[in-house]
Amino acid sequence: MNSAEPLWEVFIRSKQGLDHKHVGSLHAADAQMAIENARDVYTRRMEGVSIWVAESKDIHASNPDDAASLYDPANDKVYRHPTFYDLPDELKHM
Amino acid sequence: MTESLLDYTLHLADNSLIMGHRLSEWTGHGPMLEQDIAISNIALDLIGQSRNFYQYAAKIINSDTDRKDSKVLSPGEDLGEATEDTLAYLRDANEFKNLLIAELPNGDWAKTILKLFFFSTYQFYFYQKLIYSSDKQLSAIAEKSLKEVTYHVRWSSEWVIRLGDGTEESNGRIKLALEELWPYTGEMFEPAAYEVIAVKEQVGVDVSKLKNDWQRKVSEVFQHATLVYPGKESTWMQTGGKKGIHTEHLGFILAEMQFLQRAYPGCKW
Repeated sequence: MNSAEPLWEVFIRSKQGLDHKHVGSLHAADAQMAIENARDVYTRRMEGVSIWVAESKDIHASNPDDAASLYDPANDKVYRHPTFYDLPDELKHM
Repeated sequence: MTESLLDYTLHLADNSLIMGHRLSEWTGHGPMLEQDIAISNIALDLIGQSRNFYQYAAKIINSDTDRKDSKVLSPGEDLGEATEDTLAYLRDANEFKNLLIAELPNGDWAKTILKLFFFSTYQFYFYQKLIYSSDKQLSAIAEKSLKEVTYHVRWSSEWVIRLGDGTEESNGRIKLALEELWPYTGEMFEPAAYEVIAVKEQVGVDVSKLKNDWQRKVSEVFQHATLVYPGKESTWMQTGGKKGIHTEHLGFILAEMQFLQRAYPGCKW
Protein backbone atom coordinates (compact mmCIF):
# COMPACT_ATOMS: atom_id res chain seq x y z
CA MET A 1 0.00 0.00 0.00
CA ASN A 2 2.81 2.36 0.91
CA SER A 3 4.38 2.22 -2.52
CA ALA A 4 1.04 3.06 -4.15
CA GLU A 5 0.64 6.24 -2.18
CA PRO A 6 2.81 9.25 -2.91
CA LEU A 7 5.17 10.80 -0.43
CA TRP A 8 4.39 14.20 1.10
CA GLU A 9 6.61 16.69 2.88
CA VAL A 10 5.13 18.16 6.03
CA PHE A 11 5.65 21.69 7.35
CA ILE A 12 4.38 22.74 10.76
CA ARG A 13 4.04 26.20 12.23
CA SER A 14 4.41 26.24 15.99
CA LYS A 15 2.38 28.51 18.22
CA GLN A 16 5.30 30.88 18.69
CA GLY A 17 6.66 30.67 15.18
CA LEU A 18 5.76 32.77 12.17
CA ASP A 19 7.13 30.34 9.64
CA HIS A 20 6.28 26.76 8.74
CA LYS A 21 9.22 24.47 9.36
CA HIS A 22 9.91 21.20 7.65
CA VAL A 23 9.32 18.35 10.09
CA GLY A 24 9.37 15.22 7.96
CA SER A 25 7.45 13.26 5.40
CA LEU A 26 4.68 10.70 5.17
CA HIS A 27 2.58 8.69 2.75
CA ALA A 28 -0.98 9.64 1.82
CA ALA A 29 -3.37 9.20 -1.09
CA ASP A 30 -4.15 12.90 -1.45
CA ALA A 31 -3.66 16.28 0.17
CA GLN A 32 -6.53 15.97 2.61
CA MET A 33 -5.33 12.62 3.88
CA ALA A 34 -1.82 14.00 4.06
CA ILE A 35 -2.99 16.80 6.34
CA GLU A 36 -4.88 14.38 8.55
CA ASN A 37 -1.92 12.02 8.71
CA ALA A 38 0.35 14.94 9.51
CA ARG A 39 -1.99 15.94 12.32
CA ASP A 40 -1.77 12.45 13.76
CA VAL A 41 1.93 11.86 13.20
CA TYR A 42 3.47 15.29 13.78
CA THR A 43 1.19 17.29 16.10
CA ARG A 44 0.43 14.78 18.86
CA ARG A 45 2.56 16.66 21.35
CA MET A 46 1.27 20.17 20.72
CA GLU A 47 3.95 20.86 18.13
CA GLY A 48 1.91 23.17 16.01
CA VAL A 49 -1.13 25.17 15.05
CA SER A 50 -0.89 25.05 11.27
CA ILE A 51 0.07 22.40 8.73
CA TRP A 52 1.32 22.64 5.17
CA VAL A 53 1.86 19.61 3.00
CA ALA A 54 3.45 19.42 -0.42
CA GLU A 55 3.95 16.39 -2.56
CA SER A 56 7.62 15.47 -2.41
CA LYS A 57 7.86 15.26 -6.19
CA ASP A 58 6.95 18.95 -6.42
CA ILE A 59 9.93 19.97 -4.37
CA HIS A 60 13.00 20.81 -6.41
CA ALA A 61 16.28 20.87 -4.61
CA SER A 62 19.74 22.10 -5.38
CA ASN A 63 22.35 19.48 -6.02
CA PRO A 64 24.82 18.97 -3.15
CA ASP A 65 27.55 18.40 -5.73
CA ASP A 66 27.14 21.99 -6.85
CA ALA A 67 27.78 23.31 -3.38
CA ALA A 68 31.27 24.54 -4.21
CA SER A 69 30.19 26.69 -7.13
CA LEU A 70 26.93 27.82 -5.54
CA TYR A 71 27.96 28.81 -2.04
CA ASP A 72 31.73 29.11 -1.76
CA PRO A 73 31.97 32.29 -3.87
CA ALA A 74 30.05 34.14 -1.13
CA ASN A 75 32.78 33.29 1.31
CA ASP A 76 35.08 36.29 0.71
CA LYS A 77 32.44 38.91 -0.03
CA VAL A 78 32.25 40.44 3.41
CA TYR A 79 31.26 43.77 1.88
CA ARG A 80 27.84 42.26 1.22
CA HIS A 81 27.11 42.59 4.90
CA PRO A 82 25.88 46.06 5.79
CA THR A 83 28.55 46.49 8.45
CA PHE A 84 30.68 49.11 6.71
CA TYR A 85 28.33 52.02 7.09
CA ASP A 86 28.95 54.70 9.71
CA LEU A 87 25.68 55.08 11.53
CA PRO A 88 24.66 58.46 12.90
CA ASP A 89 24.38 58.47 16.71
CA GLU A 90 20.71 59.43 16.57
CA LEU A 91 19.88 56.12 14.97
CA LYS A 92 18.86 53.63 17.62
CA HIS A 93 18.08 49.96 17.58
CA MET A 94 20.33 48.91 14.71
CA MET B 1 -31.03 9.58 41.66
CA THR B 2 -27.57 8.43 42.74
CA GLU B 3 -27.96 4.93 41.44
CA SER B 4 -29.22 5.93 38.03
CA LEU B 5 -26.57 8.65 37.78
CA LEU B 6 -24.00 5.99 38.54
CA ASP B 7 -25.40 3.63 35.91
CA TYR B 8 -25.56 6.48 33.45
CA THR B 9 -21.94 7.46 34.07
CA LEU B 10 -20.78 3.85 33.86
CA HIS B 11 -22.64 3.41 30.59
CA LEU B 12 -20.70 6.33 29.11
CA ALA B 13 -17.43 5.12 30.58
CA ASP B 14 -17.94 1.58 29.29
CA ASN B 15 -18.81 2.81 25.80
CA SER B 16 -15.53 4.67 25.51
CA LEU B 17 -13.39 2.04 27.21
CA ILE B 18 -14.60 -0.92 25.18
CA MET B 19 -14.51 0.96 21.88
CA GLY B 20 -11.07 2.33 22.75
CA HIS B 21 -9.79 -1.08 23.75
CA ARG B 22 -11.02 -2.57 20.48
CA LEU B 23 -9.32 0.14 18.43
CA SER B 24 -6.11 -0.32 20.38
CA GLU B 25 -5.93 -3.84 18.99
CA TRP B 26 -4.86 -2.21 15.72
CA THR B 27 -1.74 -0.74 17.31
CA GLY B 28 1.19 -2.26 15.48
CA HIS B 29 -1.11 -3.84 12.90
CA GLY B 30 -2.42 -0.81 10.98
CA PRO B 31 -2.41 -1.02 7.18
CA MET B 32 0.30 1.62 7.09
CA LEU B 33 2.34 3.48 9.67
CA GLU B 34 0.37 6.72 9.39
CA GLN B 35 -2.99 5.00 9.92
CA ASP B 36 -1.59 2.89 12.70
CA ILE B 37 -0.73 6.08 14.58
CA ALA B 38 -4.06 7.69 13.71
CA ILE B 39 -6.17 4.86 15.03
CA SER B 40 -4.00 4.48 18.13
CA ASN B 41 -4.49 8.20 18.81
CA ILE B 42 -8.24 7.73 18.61
CA ALA B 43 -8.06 4.69 20.90
CA LEU B 44 -6.17 6.80 23.43
CA ASP B 45 -8.71 9.62 23.18
CA LEU B 46 -11.49 7.16 23.98
CA ILE B 47 -9.67 5.53 26.88
CA GLY B 48 -8.98 9.03 28.22
CA GLN B 49 -12.71 9.79 28.06
CA SER B 50 -13.50 6.58 29.90
CA ARG B 51 -11.03 7.48 32.65
CA ASN B 52 -12.83 10.77 33.24
CA PHE B 53 -16.17 9.00 33.49
CA TYR B 54 -14.82 6.19 35.70
CA GLN B 55 -13.19 8.66 38.07
CA TYR B 56 -16.51 10.42 38.40
CA ALA B 57 -18.35 7.11 38.89
CA ALA B 58 -15.88 6.13 41.61
CA LYS B 59 -16.54 9.43 43.36
CA ILE B 60 -20.28 8.77 43.25
CA ILE B 61 -19.79 5.30 44.72
CA ASN B 62 -17.44 6.43 47.46
CA SER B 63 -19.74 9.23 48.54
CA ASP B 64 -22.65 6.80 48.87
CA THR B 65 -22.86 5.77 52.50
CA ASP B 66 -24.85 2.61 51.77
CA ARG B 67 -22.38 1.34 49.30
CA LYS B 68 -21.90 -1.98 51.06
CA ASP B 69 -25.18 -2.96 49.45
CA SER B 70 -24.14 -1.59 46.10
CA LYS B 71 -24.44 -4.10 43.31
CA VAL B 72 -21.90 -2.27 41.23
CA LEU B 73 -18.90 -4.12 42.58
CA SER B 74 -18.72 -7.87 42.65
CA PRO B 75 -20.41 -9.21 45.77
CA GLY B 76 -18.29 -10.86 48.41
CA GLU B 77 -15.14 -9.00 47.45
CA ASP B 78 -13.68 -6.47 49.80
CA LEU B 79 -12.34 -3.92 47.42
CA GLY B 80 -12.01 -0.90 49.62
CA GLU B 81 -12.50 2.39 47.85
CA ALA B 82 -13.81 2.31 44.32
CA THR B 83 -11.36 3.73 41.79
CA GLU B 84 -11.28 4.08 38.04
CA ASP B 85 -9.23 0.87 38.00
CA THR B 86 -11.59 -1.25 40.10
CA LEU B 87 -14.43 -0.18 37.83
CA ALA B 88 -12.57 -1.05 34.65
CA TYR B 89 -10.79 -4.19 35.82
CA LEU B 90 -13.00 -5.80 38.42
CA ARG B 91 -16.49 -5.78 37.00
CA ASP B 92 -17.91 -8.72 35.08
CA ALA B 93 -19.43 -8.67 31.62
CA ASN B 94 -23.03 -8.43 32.85
CA GLU B 95 -22.13 -5.29 34.79
CA PHE B 96 -20.81 -3.53 31.70
CA LYS B 97 -23.31 -1.22 30.05
CA ASN B 98 -21.63 -0.40 26.77
CA LEU B 99 -23.40 -0.44 23.43
CA LEU B 100 -23.03 -3.74 21.63
CA ILE B 101 -21.48 -2.05 18.61
CA ALA B 102 -18.46 -1.12 20.74
CA GLU B 103 -17.59 -4.71 21.58
CA LEU B 104 -17.94 -6.24 18.10
CA PRO B 105 -14.70 -7.64 16.68
CA ASN B 106 -12.73 -5.32 14.42
CA GLY B 107 -12.84 -7.55 11.36
CA ASP B 108 -11.02 -5.91 8.46
CA TRP B 109 -10.14 -2.24 8.08
CA ALA B 110 -13.50 -1.49 6.45
CA LYS B 111 -15.48 -2.95 9.33
CA THR B 112 -13.39 -1.13 11.93
CA ILE B 113 -13.79 2.16 10.08
CA LEU B 114 -17.54 1.83 9.62
CA LYS B 115 -17.98 0.79 13.25
CA LEU B 116 -16.02 3.82 14.37
CA PHE B 117 -17.92 6.09 12.00
CA PHE B 118 -21.33 4.97 13.34
CA PHE B 119 -20.12 5.21 16.91
CA SER B 120 -18.32 8.56 16.59
CA THR B 121 -21.23 10.17 14.78
CA TYR B 122 -23.45 9.06 17.64
CA GLN B 123 -20.97 10.34 20.24
CA PHE B 124 -20.69 13.64 18.39
CA TYR B 125 -24.40 14.46 18.61
CA PHE B 126 -24.56 12.97 22.09
CA TYR B 127 -21.78 15.11 23.58
CA GLN B 128 -23.17 18.20 21.86
CA LYS B 129 -26.25 17.75 24.03
CA LEU B 130 -24.49 16.45 27.16
CA ILE B 131 -22.70 19.79 27.40
CA TYR B 132 -26.02 21.20 28.64
CA SER B 133 -26.33 18.61 31.40
CA SER B 134 -27.23 20.04 34.80
CA ASP B 135 -24.47 17.81 36.15
CA LYS B 136 -21.36 19.97 35.94
CA GLN B 137 -18.93 17.07 35.83
CA LEU B 138 -20.67 15.33 32.93
CA SER B 139 -20.96 18.63 31.14
CA ALA B 140 -17.24 19.30 31.50
CA ILE B 141 -16.27 15.83 30.27
CA ALA B 142 -18.61 16.28 27.30
CA GLU B 143 -17.05 19.58 26.37
CA LYS B 144 -13.54 18.15 26.41
CA SER B 145 -14.54 14.98 24.58
CA LEU B 146 -16.47 16.75 21.86
CA LYS B 147 -13.29 18.25 20.42
CA GLU B 148 -11.77 14.82 20.12
CA VAL B 149 -14.87 13.22 18.68
CA THR B 150 -15.24 15.95 16.07
CA TYR B 151 -11.95 14.75 14.65
CA HIS B 152 -12.93 11.08 14.93
CA VAL B 153 -16.01 11.80 12.82
CA ARG B 154 -13.98 13.70 10.26
CA TRP B 155 -11.32 11.00 10.04
CA SER B 156 -13.71 8.05 9.85
CA SER B 157 -16.06 9.76 7.35
CA GLU B 158 -13.12 10.36 5.07
CA TRP B 159 -12.29 6.68 5.19
CA VAL B 160 -15.87 5.56 4.63
CA ILE B 161 -15.91 7.69 1.49
CA ARG B 162 -12.53 6.40 0.35
CA LEU B 163 -13.48 2.78 0.82
CA GLY B 164 -17.00 3.09 -0.57
CA ASP B 165 -15.94 5.12 -3.58
CA GLY B 166 -12.63 3.32 -3.96
CA THR B 167 -11.88 0.08 -5.70
CA GLU B 168 -14.20 -2.84 -6.33
CA GLU B 169 -12.44 -4.62 -3.49
CA SER B 170 -12.82 -1.81 -0.95
CA ASN B 171 -16.42 -1.19 -1.97
CA GLY B 172 -17.25 -4.87 -1.54
CA ARG B 173 -15.63 -4.94 1.89
CA ILE B 174 -17.42 -1.93 3.26
CA LYS B 175 -20.75 -3.16 1.89
CA LEU B 176 -20.21 -6.41 3.76
CA ALA B 177 -19.31 -4.46 6.88
CA LEU B 178 -22.49 -2.42 6.52
CA GLU B 179 -24.58 -5.56 6.34
CA GLU B 180 -22.96 -6.91 9.50
CA LEU B 181 -23.03 -3.70 11.52
CA TRP B 182 -26.36 -2.16 10.63
CA PRO B 183 -28.45 -4.21 13.11
CA TYR B 184 -26.27 -2.80 15.91
CA THR B 185 -27.06 0.84 15.18
CA GLY B 186 -30.60 0.86 16.59
CA GLU B 187 -29.54 0.38 20.20
CA MET B 188 -27.92 3.81 20.31
CA PHE B 189 -31.31 5.53 20.14
CA GLU B 190 -33.26 3.28 22.51
CA PRO B 191 -33.01 4.69 26.01
CA ALA B 192 -32.38 2.34 28.92
CA ALA B 193 -34.21 2.87 32.20
CA TYR B 194 -31.37 4.88 33.74
CA GLU B 195 -31.27 7.10 30.66
CA VAL B 196 -34.96 7.88 30.98
CA ILE B 197 -34.43 8.94 34.59
CA ALA B 198 -31.34 10.94 33.67
CA VAL B 199 -33.33 12.82 31.03
CA LYS B 200 -36.09 13.54 33.53
CA GLU B 201 -33.51 14.95 35.94
CA GLN B 202 -32.02 17.05 33.13
CA VAL B 203 -28.73 15.27 33.64
CA GLY B 204 -28.79 13.06 30.58
CA VAL B 205 -29.46 13.25 26.87
CA ASP B 206 -32.63 12.01 25.21
CA VAL B 207 -30.97 9.63 22.77
CA SER B 208 -34.14 8.98 20.81
CA LYS B 209 -33.93 12.57 19.65
CA LEU B 210 -30.44 12.14 18.22
CA LYS B 211 -31.63 9.75 15.58
CA ASN B 212 -32.53 12.35 12.93
CA ASP B 213 -29.20 14.10 13.09
CA TRP B 214 -27.37 10.79 13.00
CA GLN B 215 -29.37 9.57 10.00
CA ARG B 216 -28.78 12.80 8.12
CA LYS B 217 -25.03 12.70 8.68
CA VAL B 218 -24.71 9.02 7.82
CA SER B 219 -26.85 9.41 4.68
CA GLU B 220 -24.76 12.36 3.57
CA VAL B 221 -21.48 10.49 3.95
CA PHE B 222 -22.94 7.38 2.33
CA GLN B 223 -23.97 9.44 -0.66
CA HIS B 224 -20.37 10.55 -1.18
CA ALA B 225 -19.26 6.98 -0.59
CA THR B 226 -21.72 5.64 -3.19
CA LEU B 227 -23.25 3.43 -0.51
CA VAL B 228 -26.97 2.86 -0.18
CA TYR B 229 -28.36 4.00 3.17
CA PRO B 230 -30.15 0.94 4.56
CA GLY B 231 -33.19 3.05 5.21
CA LYS B 232 -35.82 3.26 7.83
CA GLU B 233 -36.99 0.79 10.45
CA SER B 234 -37.04 -2.21 8.13
CA THR B 235 -34.33 -4.15 9.96
CA TRP B 236 -34.65 -5.91 13.27
CA MET B 237 -32.20 -4.31 15.67
CA GLN B 238 -29.95 -5.93 18.25
CA THR B 239 -30.21 -4.60 21.76
CA GLY B 240 -29.18 -5.43 25.33
CA GLY B 241 -25.70 -4.01 25.86
CA LYS B 242 -26.90 -1.04 27.87
CA LYS B 243 -28.63 -3.42 30.25
CA GLY B 244 -25.67 -5.75 30.62
CA ILE B 245 -26.78 -8.37 28.11
CA HIS B 246 -23.84 -8.73 25.78
CA THR B 247 -22.55 -10.66 22.80
CA GLU B 248 -20.03 -13.37 23.52
CA HIS B 249 -17.30 -11.01 22.36
CA LEU B 250 -17.27 -8.86 25.50
CA GLY B 251 -16.18 -11.78 27.68
CA PHE B 252 -13.09 -12.26 25.54
CA ILE B 253 -12.22 -8.58 25.70
CA LEU B 254 -12.50 -8.57 29.49
CA ALA B 255 -10.55 -11.82 29.80
CA GLU B 256 -7.64 -10.16 28.09
CA MET B 257 -8.04 -6.71 29.60
CA GLN B 258 -8.64 -7.84 33.17
CA PHE B 259 -6.33 -10.85 33.28
CA LEU B 260 -3.53 -9.26 35.26
CA GLN B 261 -5.74 -7.77 37.97
CA ARG B 262 -7.72 -10.99 38.26
CA ALA B 263 -4.65 -13.23 38.45
CA TYR B 264 -2.63 -10.90 40.70
CA PRO B 265 -5.14 -8.80 42.65
CA GLY B 266 -3.83 -5.39 43.57
CA CYS B 267 -0.82 -5.83 41.35
CA LYS B 268 0.81 -2.56 40.29
CA TRP B 269 2.98 -1.99 37.25
